[in-house]
Amino acid sequence: MKISVQEGPFDAGAELDAFSHGRHEVGAIVSFTGIVRDRAGGLVRMEIEHYPGMTEKAIAEIAEQAKARWQLADLLVIHRHGALPLGQPIMMVATAAAHRRAAFDAAEYLMDYLKSRAPFWKKEVTRTGEHWVEATPEDEDALSRW
Amino acid sequence: MIDVVYFAWVRERIGLPRERIETEAATVADLVEELRGREERYAAAFADTSALRVALDQELSEFDADLAGVREVAFFPPMTGG
Repeated sequence: MKISVQEGPFDAGAELDAFSHGRHEVGAIVSFTGIVRDRAGGLVRMEIEHYPGMTEKAIAEIAEQAKARWQLADLLVIHRHGALPLGQPIMMVATAAAHRRAAFDAAEYLMDYLKSRAPFWKKEVTRTGEHWVEATPEDEDALSRW
Repeated sequence: MIDVVYFAWVRERIGLPRERIETEAATVADLVEELRGREERYAAAFADTSALRVALDQELSEFDADLAGVREVAFFPPMTGG
């Protein structure tokens, strides 16, 4: 299991290759990569703040819950912080399981929990100003299905 | 003594990321009340605690939680990871 909270960029393709390499026990690998997007127009960069210490613990707990819930051969979580330019990967999850259902569900579970239970805060810096991204009721609702 | 840390707009509104506070507050809500009474910037940051989350020693908690034995309290808006 790999969990990385980092400021620097990562290569999602290389991470997925390394994660997939030499696995003979799994029939399914699912990966998700989140990218900095221009929601409102004029985005210059995204700034991601986090709570060092709690971030790593929170992600480890979320990962343990996913492993307890599904039969996973392995999982991967990478989440960046700091200043991220438009189009750059923010984060990535990957799951490996015998069957696709477990791999898909576990990846979605990880994403839903990382969104509202891992201490990250996104700020959008645009050409006209900056503002903190607000959590939505949908983010919280997403947890209730689990 | 307790370490109090702030993140995102709570940090910006208060104007500092962390401070050490001498307090007799028994619960998080008591501490919030005490901070609100300090200065306008604290009153502004803590105006609506339903818009805030709290962590005690890096575990998510509630505003009615007891502060006994707690070393670090963190206040922040709902998280927006992923």
